[in-house]
Amino acid sequence: MRKVDLLIIGGGSAGLAAAVEAYDRGIRSIIIIERGAELGGILNQCIHNGFGLGEFKEELTGPEFAYRFAKQVQDRNIECHLLSTVTSVTPNKVVTYVNEEEGSVEVEAKAIIMAAGCYERNAGAIGVPGDRPAGVLTAGQAQLMINKFGYLCGKRIFILGSGDIGLIMARRFTLEGAKVLGVAEIMPYSNGLNRNIVQCLNDYDIPLYLSHTVSQVIGKKHVEKVEISQVDEKFRPIPGTEKVFDCDALVLSIGLIPNNTLLSDIGIKVSGTKGAEVDQYLQTSLPGVFSCGNVLHVHDLVDNVVKEARIAGESAARYIQGDLHVEEYDISCAAKDGVGYILPQHISGSDYEKVDFKLRVRKPTQNVYIEFIYNGETIKRVFKGVIIPSEMEVISLPLSLFKEKKGALEVKLTPKEVNQ
Amino acid sequence: MKDVIVIGAGAVGAFIARNLSRFNLNVLVLDKDNDVCNATSCANSAISHSGYDPVPGTKKAKFNVLGNQMMEQVCKELDVPYEQIGTLTVATEEAQLKTLEELKERATINGVPSEIVDQARLREMEPNISEEALGALYCPTGGIINPFLLTCHAMENALDNGVELALNQEVKDIKKVSDHFVVYTQDKEYESKVVINAAGVYSDKIAAMIEPIDWFITPRKGEYYVLDHFKGEFVNHVVFPLPSAKGKGVLVSKTTSGNYIIGPSSEPMDDRECVACDSLTLANVKQQASMLIKNIPFYQQIRVYAGLRATPSTHDFIIESSKSEPAFINVAGIESPGLVSSPAIGKYVVEELVSKVLKLEENKNYKKNIKPYTKPLDLSNEERNALIKEHPEFGRMVCQCEKVSLGEILEVLHRKLPCNSLKALKKRTRAGFGKCQGGFCQPISVSIIAEEKEIDVSKVSYDKDGGYFAPYKSNKGGKR
Repeated sequence: MRKVDLLIIGGGSAGLAAAVEAYDRGIRSIIIIERGAELGGILNQCIHNGFGLGEFKEELTGPEFAYRFAKQVQDRNIECHLLSTVTSVTPNKVVTYVNEEEGSVEVEAKAIIMAAGCYERNAGAIGVPGDRPAGVLTAGQAQLMINKFGYLCGKRIFILGSGDIGLIMARRFTLEGAKVLGVAEIMPYSNGLNRNIVQCLNDYDIPLYLSHTVSQVIGKKHVEKVEISQVDEKFRPIPGTEKVFDCDALVLSIGLIPNNTLLSDIGIKVSGTKGAEVDQYLQTSLPGVFSCGNVLHVHDLVDNVVKEARIAGESAARYIQGDLHVEEYDISCAAKDGVGYILPQHISGSDYEKVDFKLRVRKPTQNVYIEFIYNGETIKRVFKGVIIPSEMEVISLPLSLFKEKKGALEVKLTPKEVNQ
Repeated sequence: MKDVIVIGAGAVGAFIARNLSRFNLNVLVLDKDNDVCNATSCANSAISHSGYDPVPGTKKAKFNVLGNQMMEQVCKELDVPYEQIGTLTVATEEAQLKTLEELKERATINGVPSEIVDQARLREMEPNISEEALGALYCPTGGIINPFLLTCHAMENALDNGVELALNQEVKDIKKVSDHFVVYTQDKEYESKVVINAAGVYSDKIAAMIEPIDWFITPRKGEYYVLDHFKGEFVNHVVFPLPSAKGKGVLVSKTTSGNYIIGPSSEPMDDRECVACDSLTLANVKQQASMLIKNIPFYQQIRVYAGLRATPSTHDFIIESSKSEPAFINVAGIESPGLVSSPAIGKYVVEELVSKVLKLEENKNYKKNIKPYTKPLDLSNEERNALIKEHPEFGRMVCQCEKVSLGEILEVLHRKLPCNSLKALKKRTRAGFGKCQGGFCQPISVSIIAEEKEIDVSKVSYDKDGGYFAPYKSNKGGKR
């Protein structure tokens, strides 16, 4: 059986950035397994701009951003297998992948970085009521069809969900000559970034229906009508609030889910985000297996994916070099009041001076502190005038704050007291 | 002039066609849809019922038990996933324990092996059975089948043995002309000596084209949840509540693909095409299922669907020649347990009814086994690599969730049974059946279908003809 130091599952932004980082830290035996025909993953279908402001200080399109990282990988001669699918991972870190040239290949890796991205929540998962005809697509499908293949799914389109891809696609459909009749969002606030609400909906006069959902899809062969309704506080449609749109497509942007089955299938601990549970090294519950990018938790910006992937790349390199220390600390991290999730779930060692905490809040909130309570004591408060679920918060704390080196960290929102 | 026209390409039509192909007959199957297995056969509970439940002496009882006995052999011949995992019919109230005894007696009369299991044994057999469960009737011969492949492969086997299939042919009228029938569709007419009506929820409409009838079909809709496959099983058998006047009730079962289905509801319908799902009905299904099995992982939901049962006013299958025309045979009202009965019905219709009006002469070239399908996942690593070396396309995964290769997709696109839509592809290969529901593979499958069928991408249907996946070409061009 072939043996390698590092095997990376996924050649999108996370996998590429992790590979480059591990290489630059001295790891030479690296292979990347990518299912697509080219490196870059989903960035290749994101032809809009706005990528890389953090990383390159310029606004790039998705393919441009992907190209820069693919080039870094190619410049280092890192071995990549395209159109290749990982079919299994074992607890002994034997990875099986399959492709046309090599067939089914087993590779034993010292370390694995899981960077397989996410998939879109779809009509089946939420049980969209009504008929199930042609013309119901996820935003990502519609994006791929128009941006890569050159085909549009409809001329009069309704969008369910205000996730960023849905908003981006609202603009894209409009530019492509289709009429976007509206976007319905079941929550009382948008799930997309503010800049996308402004640039993709407001600029094109596309209405956003908050606290609304699709209550019926109508159409035998193809979508003919979409009925939306306002929802009550339990997200149930309120009778009498129906609005019907004559349209030929319903596009869904209702969330992304980490594509983590390969790890969850072998019993690696999974968190509430459906990604793996990790420590600050981004190491999972199986030593030597690391996770980063959207397969760990869904990110807002690719810049944040890259930063996270570099940590995974460094940690994997240290692990391979026998220089990753997990013994010194043992602290559990939990999300409490108002915080949806917190990463990492565990602090284990002292190789890095700081810990990057990532969190999202449950709902838009004003004038709050993000409060880090360690063993009952507040060790850090970060004030936020406005904080919204669509934006991921990254807060770096020095490890020195965790003096006892064990115990529990809780992260919650505390309202700011009104001063007299 | 055809010897036999079969109207309807569901499970029943397919098994009638397959049985007809055992003889030297000129057979044509018509279906109004663009695919076989596109209505009731495509959306049901996928169960091989044991036959304990139908009233003794009925056609339902007879064909169910016979069909169940035939199923293992048939599935072997047709290469269809089938597992005899057994069924449990669960009593949740004291009074129902007596009903279990009655059901057991009924099972014995029908010739179905069964045994009553007490609460302790039931918990052993189904660790997730609800706290309310008091005991159950266990029928070891009940099982699960892949209904798509059962129907598709039965039809393909018939085609391989000489039957013809015409899709998108909706029968509008039938006339008796001297010694034969003329079947009129929306754009064609066909002549045949014998006509067999296997038109599912439309079987009363077709029957009434020949003579006045004193029965009718009320489509009864059933809605279901589908859960993903995942590590660790939460049910091991098909688990039913006690049957009622409305049917067999909401069941919880695994499927031959390792998924789980939960349903169906039961609502009479006017619309014979309506397979829409509705939130309140599904919520009710969820609640009823939770009375049988605790902690159902509904967060694993990947799909909801609905199908129509062809419920006859007679409460029993109608399998007989029409009153005025012995050569016009109705095979109507085949509701549950229709799927499991279909192999037995097909055999009976040909051997007992068609034989009375046509001389049956054995087809010496008849092959009962379907031409094998390539199944890379069933091969050992060495065998699989040998296959990929010779046919690299079996190494290219198109559907990542269900691990369906390009080779398997190309294979079904080039077999004798037409495969014309994304849904047709999904039924045959499972591409798009997984947790992302085709999010990743459908755009790829669309381009593969377009290339293989030599049509434009914009003309690839999602399901019904004319319901295109991405119907408009961008004016800026763009190639894959």
